[in-house]
Amino acid sequence: MGDVKTKGHHSAGKTLLNPEMIKADFPILSRRIGDRPLVYLDNAATTHKPESVISAMDEYYRKMNSNVHRGLHTLAEESTAAFEWTRKKIAAFIGGVETEEIIYTRNATEAINLVAYSWGRKNIRKGDRIVLTEMEHHANLVPWIALAKETGAELKYIPIDDNYRLDLNNIDKIISDNTRLVSITHMSNVLGTINPVEEIGQTAHSKGALFLVDGAQSVPHMPVDVKAIDADFYAFSAHKMLGPTGIGVLYGKESILNEMEPFIYGGEMISEVRYDFADWNDLPWKFEGGTPNIAGAVGFSPALDYLSDLGMDNIRNHEIELTAYTIAKLSDLKSIKIIGPHDTCMRGGAISFIDKDIHPHDLATFLDSRGIAVRAGHHCAQPLMKRLGLTATARASIYIYNTPEDIDKLVKTLREARRYFCNE
Amino acid sequence: MSENLDSLYRDIIMEHYKYPRGKKKLEDPDVTSEGKNPVCGDEIGMKVKLKDGKIEDISIDCLGCAISVASGSMLADAIKGKSIEEVKRIASAIKAILKGEKPDEDFDLGDLEALEGVSKFPVRIKCALLSWTTLVEGLETWESGKKSEIATTE
Repeated sequence: MGDVKTKGHHSAGKTLLNPEMIKADFPILSRRIGDRPLVYLDNAATTHKPESVISAMDEYYRKMNSNVHRGLHTLAEESTAAFEWTRKKIAAFIGGVETEEIIYTRNATEAINLVAYSWGRKNIRKGDRIVLTEMEHHANLVPWIALAKETGAELKYIPIDDNYRLDLNNIDKIISDNTRLVSITHMSNVLGTINPVEEIGQTAHSKGALFLVDGAQSVPHMPVDVKAIDADFYAFSAHKMLGPTGIGVLYGKESILNEMEPFIYGGEMISEVRYDFADWNDLPWKFEGGTPNIAGAVGFSPALDYLSDLGMDNIRNHEIELTAYTIAKLSDLKSIKIIGPHDTCMRGGAISFIDKDIHPHDLATFLDSRGIAVRAGHHCAQPLMKRLGLTATARASIYIYNTPEDIDKLVKTLREARRYFCNE
Repeated sequence: MSENLDSLYRDIIMEHYKYPRGKKKLEDPDVTSEGKNPVCGDEIGMKVKLKDGKIEDISIDCLGCAISVASGSMLADAIKGKSIEEVKRIASAIKAILKGEKPDEDFDLGDLEALEGVSKFPVRIKCALLSWTTLVEGLETWESGKKSEIATTE
């Protein structure tokens, strides 16, 4: 990977990233789309992988491949050690929690489903309330809609205001005494809004409710301390933070996880099985039935190293600067409206926008023809789109390897799109 | 890629997108049909007047991308005066073209042939199809309603 320290440089007391040097670590970023160099601005969907992640997974299959926790041979011991070593790193990465509190899942969606099935089906009754927000991704929406339908529980939503932030004016009423769970996103994948999770968590706990945070968009982009947030559950995915697809994390407080029933039954998650009886394994394996994504865990480790070496504070500062640059440049285009807060202190780098005359899908296709990858659509947040009176937005989302030049290309191409579609 | 882009957004398609036909009010329609592409959020509202089993007039209100708007506009141009059976056959031919296949019948599809370029953009095929499936569903609902009317009179 080279010396990552050289990738940062100091300026006005802050360490800034050097995205050009970072780019060199990502093989895919040197590919071309047609005859154009790739400009990748779809990082909220998934990020690319550095050479260290790709080679770690390759090495794993070449030299170590074995099932975990059951073999008594060298390969199995090495695989198990690597698999569990990543778990330790994850525990440290999100604020130094207990290793037992880190459960491997496929992704953030599965992590939330685990809570909805194991905790929700045991603890949510008719007449209970579950509080969500109007800006949730389907991953933090549909599991609760299904649970409410099944149990007769009530769903209540914290609204958003005109500045695309949560309106907390009636939070004490919305999070009522019969609220059993408050589940909100830390950072909106559509609006970029960063929510005041500490404050909402306090209110949730004061009413006796548990607090789940969907961190799919936050953990990759800013320092996160789940203990400071006092989250009971915290969910995120590896693939949005340089790691492989197919592996995600549920953090849960040990005392709560201990009281929960398993989610997936089978091998690995048991301590003893007879023909008419099964007892569960200890945390965290109780929740990890079946052979897990071992190569995924192995690949996640260098991803965490890469981010730690850059420093999450530095990554956050880089994104604040580049988001401010993007918003300023997009605001120069009269036909473009940014759907999200402008204040970069309270937002991340997933920047949604619409052109008043060109459909987001036409924009995305046009940008792709110039090598620029953005996302267009409802971003798995249909209720939010409806709430905003939109059917779709285009979204440019940045990461550690993006540069102001990438944004210049985006803005230049958006101008070209006006000429192409609107004869301007 | 640019060449490819121009094969998607052909001049004819852009012309229909900028000046969509069939965007008007239509009183007392025989067929009303609505279609949605939940994935893209495209929405289409369609009204059809029939006379002697043929399409007399059609109005289309489409909220969507250039491809879905243009496809609806071309549909409005193409189906006037055609019988319901003919409309269904044209719709099948369009489906085949969008899949990159040769249609079973040799139609003179006129402007509609411009949709052939969409076949190279798999995610956009459903945009081009929306107006056609909406129309065919509307007509089929109308036909089954008519059949049940006949059934009740018997």
